[in-house]
Amino acid sequence: MPEQIYNHYNDIVAALLFVIGFSNLLFQKNLIKKIIGLNIMDVAIYLLLASQGYISGRLAPILTDGIENAATYINPIPSGLVLTGIVVSVSVTALMLSMTIRLYRKYKTLDLDEILIKVRQDRNK
Amino acid sequence: MDFIMNFPFFSIMICMLAALSTFMLGRKAAAWVAKGALFITLILSIVLTAWLHASGESFVYMMGHFPAPWGNEIRAGELEGVMAIFTSVIALLSIVSGRFSIRTGIDDTKQNLYYLITCLMEASLLALIYTNDIFTGYVFIEINTIAGCGLIMIKNTGRAVAAAVRYMVVSLVGSGLFLIGTTLLYSVTGHLLMQNINASVACLAADGSYKVTLTVITALMTVGLSIKSGLFPFHLWIPDAYAISVMPSSAMLSGMVSKGYIFLLIKLIYRVIGFDVFESTGVFDLIFIAGIAAMIMGSVAAIRSGYLRRMTAYSSVSQIGYIFMGIGIANNAGVVAAIFHIITHGLTKSLLFMTAESFTAGKEDIEVGDLKGLGHKHPVSAAAFTAAALSIVGFPLFAGFIAKMLLANASFTEGWRMYVAIGAIAVSTILNVVYFFRCIINLYGFGGFDGAKDDSDTETSITVQSEESSSAYHRNGVYVSAQSDCDAAPTRCEKSVHGICAIILAVINLYIGVAPKLLTAILTKGLNVFN
Repeated sequence: MPEQIYNHYNDIVAALLFVIGFSNLLFQKNLIKKIIGLNIMDVAIYLLLASQGYISGRLAPILTDGIENAATYINPIPSGLVLTGIVVSVSVTALMLSMTIRLYRKYKTLDLDEILIKVRQDRNK
Repeated sequence: MDFIMNFPFFSIMICMLAALSTFMLGRKAAAWVAKGALFITLILSIVLTAWLHASGESFVYMMGHFPAPWGNEIRAGELEGVMAIFTSVIALLSIVSGRFSIRTGIDDTKQNLYYLITCLMEASLLALIYTNDIFTGYVFIEINTIAGCGLIMIKNTGRAVAAAVRYMVVSLVGSGLFLIGTTLLYSVTGHLLMQNINASVACLAADGSYKVTLTVITALMTVGLSIKSGLFPFHLWIPDAYAISVMPSSAMLSGMVSKGYIFLLIKLIYRVIGFDVFESTGVFDLIFIAGIAAMIMGSVAAIRSGYLRRMTAYSSVSQIGYIFMGIGIANNAGVVAAIFHIITHGLTKSLLFMTAESFTAGKEDIEVGDLKGLGHKHPVSAAAFTAAALSIVGFPLFAGFIAKMLLANASFTEGWRMYVAIGAIAVSTILNVVYFFRCIINLYGFGGFDGAKDDSDTETSITVQSEESSSAYHRNGVYVSAQSDCDAAPTRCEKSVHGICAIILAVINLYIGVAPKLLTAILTKGLNVFN
C-alpha cells in the first residue's frame, strides 16, 4: 500500500487539488475566491492529464538531434490536451472576471449571497 | 468520397464564419448574415438527412490529414442529421421572430453581438452533435457554456448578470466533472476517438478489469452532463436564466441548448462506453430516478410560481425529467422516445416562450392572473400558445402526445420501471394540466382587457393600461425594464413576422403529432447504426 501511494503520488495530489478547487467553486461566497477555486480545479485536472502522458527518463515531444524513434519521447497527446484545456480555462476565467466587475460596479460587493439578496430587493421594489 | 459528406463540416464552419463576421457589421447587416447562415445550415442539414435516410448508412469524416487513431473526426448519421435540422430550425425562428425583443431589450451598439452569440451557439451545438472525438466534445461544451452565458447576460441588467453568474458556476462544476471523466477514460483506454474507446472499454469489460474505474468514469460524465442540462437536483439556475433574458434567448436556451448535452450523453452511452457496459454500472437507475423526481418536482414548482415565463421555465425542468426518464428506461425504444421528446419539447417550449412575449408586452414577466382577456387581443399568439400548451400536456393530435405514448410504450417490457414510469407520467400530466389550463382559461376569459371593441380611444386605453401596469409593478413586484416609450410597441411588420414564426412552429408540432411515422422511423433506424 505505501508503495502504491508513492507510485501514484501525482494522481493523489491531483485528486486533493480537485476536491479543494471544486469545494471552493461551490461553497465560497466571494466571487473572486470562487474563480480561484475554478482555476485550482482546472489545474488539478491538467496535472492529472500531464502526468498520465509522462514517461520517466524520456524527452519532451519535440524533435531533437534528428532522433525520430518514438521511444525517446513522452506521449505528446496529453500535453496537447493540456494546452487546449488551458486556453479554455483562460477564456472562462476572463468571462467570469468581467461579470464580477459588472456586478461589483452595480452592487458594490463581491459576496454572491448578498448580491442575490439585493437582486431580489430590486425585483420587489 | 461524395461531396455531400462535407456538409457537416460546412455547416459548422458557416456558422463560425458568420459569427466572426457579425462582429464587424452593423446591426441590420449582422441580422441578415446570421439569418442567412442559419438558413444555409438548415438546408444543408435537410439535404444531408434526406441523403442519409435514402442510403440508410452513416459515415465518418476525417478532419485534417491524420488517420483514425490520432486524428480528429466527424460522424454523421440520421440521428445527427435530425438533431442538426432541429437546432437550426429553432435558432432561425427564434432570431427571426425576436426582432422586437432584441430591438428593445439590448443596447443599440450591442445588437450585432447578439447575432454573434447566436451563430456561435449554433456552431458549438452542431459540433457537439457531429463530433466523434470526446475531447473535442469537451471543448465545444465549454464554448456552448460561454455562448449560453452571453445569451443570458446580453440584457445588461443586474439581475441578468447575477443569473449568468449562477449559470456559469453550476455549468463549470458540470464541465469540470466531465473533463475529469474524460481524463480518466483516456488514461484507462489510451484513446480519444469514440469507436476506439468503445473497443477498448469492451475489452476491459470482458476481462473484468478496472470495473470500479469504469463505474466512476460513467458516473462522473453522466452527472456532469446532467448538471449542465438542468436535471432536477441541479435545476436551480434554470428559472432565472430562462425567465430574465430576452425572448430569443429563452427560446433557444430552453429549446436546444440543454438538449445538446443530452444528445452527447446518448452518444456517450452508445458510442463511447457501450450500452451493455453502461447498463452494468447501474447509472441508468440513477438517471431514471432523477428523471422521475424532476417530472414531479418541476411541475409542482411551476404550479407554485405565479408568473408566466417563470412557470414555463419550471415546466422545462419537468420536461427534461421526461427525457432523462426515457433514457433511464434502458432500452432502445426508451432512447428513441427520449430523442423524440427532445425534438417535441424543443419545438413546443420555444413556441411557448415566443408567444409569451406578446402577452408580457415589453415587461419582463407577468402574473398568470393578468393574462385575463389577452387572448382576444392577440388571437394568433393565443392560438399558438394554446396549441403548444396542449402539446406539452399531451393532448392527442399534438406531438407531445406521441412522445408520452412512446415513453409509456418503451417502459412496458421493463418490470418495476413500468409501474413507476406510467404512474409518474399520469401524475405529471395532471399537474401539467393544472398550470397550463389555468393560463388558457385566463387567456380566453373575459373581464380584464376591454379595449378591443372601442377603437376610437385605443390610444388612451393603452396609456392608461401602461400606467396601471407600472403601478401594478409596484404592487405585485413584477420587474419592468426601463425603456423609452416610443419603442414599447412592436411594429406591424414585426408583429406579422412573429405571428408567422409561431404558426410555422405550431404547424410542425401538429404535423409531427398527426404523422409521427417518418420521424420515429428515422430515429429508430438512426439508433440502430449508432454504435
